[in-house]
Amino acid sequence: MIARRALIGLAAVLLAAVPLWVPGNYDISVCSEILIYAIFALSVDLLIGFAGLVSLGHAGLFSLAGYTLAVCLGAGFGQPAAIALALAVTLAGTAVFAALSLRTTGVGFIMITLALGQIMWGLAYRWVGLTGGDNGISVASRPAPFGISLAVPSHFYEATLIVFAFAVFAYRVFIDSPFGASLRGTRDQPRRMSALGYNVWMIRFSAFMVSGLLAAIAGILFVFRAEFISPPTAALTASAEPVLMAISGGSGTILGPIVGAALVEIVKNIASAYITRWNMLLGATFVVIVMFMPEGLVPGTMRLMRRGFGPRPPAPAAAAAERKTPP
Amino acid sequence: MTALAIRGLRKSFGGLRVTQGVDLAVAPGERRLIIGPNGAGKTTLFNLIAGDLKADSGAIALFGTDIARLPARRRAHLGLARTYQIITLFPKDTLLRNVTLSLLGLSPLRWNPFARLDRQHELIAQAGRALARVGLADMADRPLAETSYGERRRVEIAMALAQSPRVLLLDEPFAGLSVDERRDVKALLAAVPREITIVMIEHDMDVALDFADRISVLHFGAVVVDGSRAEVVADPRTREIYLGE
Repeated sequence: MIARRALIGLAAVLLAAVPLWVPGNYDISVCSEILIYAIFALSVDLLIGFAGLVSLGHAGLFSLAGYTLAVCLGAGFGQPAAIALALAVTLAGTAVFAALSLRTTGVGFIMITLALGQIMWGLAYRWVGLTGGDNGISVASRPAPFGISLAVPSHFYEATLIVFAFAVFAYRVFIDSPFGASLRGTRDQPRRMSALGYNVWMIRFSAFMVSGLLAAIAGILFVFRAEFISPPTAALTASAEPVLMAISGGSGTILGPIVGAALVEIVKNIASAYITRWNMLLGATFVVIVMFMPEGLVPGTMRLMRRGFGPRPPAPAAAAAERKTPP
Repeated sequence: MTALAIRGLRKSFGGLRVTQGVDLAVAPGERRLIIGPNGAGKTTLFNLIAGDLKADSGAIALFGTDIARLPARRRAHLGLARTYQIITLFPKDTLLRNVTLSLLGLSPLRWNPFARLDRQHELIAQAGRALARVGLADMADRPLAETSYGERRRVEIAMALAQSPRVLLLDEPFAGLSVDERRDVKALLAAVPREITIVMIEHDMDVALDFADRISVLHFGAVVVDGSRAEVVADPRTREIYLGE
């Protein structure tokens, strides 16, 4: 317990000090992106890992928040108003997503979320008047809370880290709560849960709303970081990415989706500078993870450590996730 | 007032009429045994009473409240608890957590996303007492996956009893148990106070005969014989159904 607290404290210090030990603005910006995608992966894994519902449409919610923010800023709204509107619109969209997709579970749920995500992608692509179509929308400025300009990459990173820390803390409280236990119960034995007096549908719907809120936060941060949004943000591959992050890192844990997000973003942004076919590298990494640690990197590493191999070097991807610098 | 009153209950799956006009009246505190051969519709009847299935027609009243159209969760809140023939528990959790989940189902706390479940000492102590009642107090922190079939059966009963139901439905509580385990479960059920009305399904008539005040024989989805233990055992139709004469 104490060792665990110490590790969390160490991780917090290392993360807060990223601008000091990570060279260059580009790499700091990649670190921001990792945190943003970690929030997104946690959002998706709240449904996969704790409700047993795989969504392939979350990029629709992520981009709904991003587009709403970009459109509002373009229309001359102030930053706080645009952020509030982006959150509100995405929560409304999430309610529609949840109401439609929770009519089923399993494969039916996957297909409905996929279809809804594709509708959002279609809107982003075709509703040129609003979204700019293929050209996307540029966002002129980042907010400047308390007079600190987030245009500076290290400032933006620290702001993202604060949001990330709040999100992880809230996530932790949520899954340790009675409601979190109810949610896991509906994942394992939905019928028994009804017989015990639980409203299974409402529990799933509420979890979907929390998931949508996290996706919205990630989407807003994403647009502020990239200062741009275009249809690929809403594409099916963008929905599949957080699913892969969560599953490769360890679904149903908190650290898992974070490690998964770090892995994918590092390969995407840093390894791609050295290897042209970085997609293949990512694919091969997933295959290796699934073969040797089907439960994901974080639970898999913990299993190996528990098995009495003693303190051993962390798995290659976990080490890479910690290093965050090009080899 | 009747604890459980069922009138004209019908349920079909496509062309297969599984429940064909069941009438049943169980008095408060009664121990009712429902027996019948395979395929008589015993479990379907339970699923209709508990709300896992919706009846096509007919009335179900729990202490005078019509529950036939209510979802299963509402029936649980009105004091109906059940166990399943095929054990359905939460295998990754400990025994204590399993029973805690059962208690949480009836508590408004179940919607709370801010509190910590492992700090709900009152609830957890209550779950511990429910486990002690079925003789599993010393195994409370063991994961369910590491328990025997007979122990799981007792966890199921603990979960149902923990909710302090008014009517308890037991779906073949002795199925798959060894002789010793049967004796344990029997003693455990005999100790349940009479405030709780018990309706039990059993395929094997001999096992639960001495437990029952009254017995209903279900055959092809209808109650064929209904009466006290002696009446039902003596009735030629019971013999016919069970021995096929």
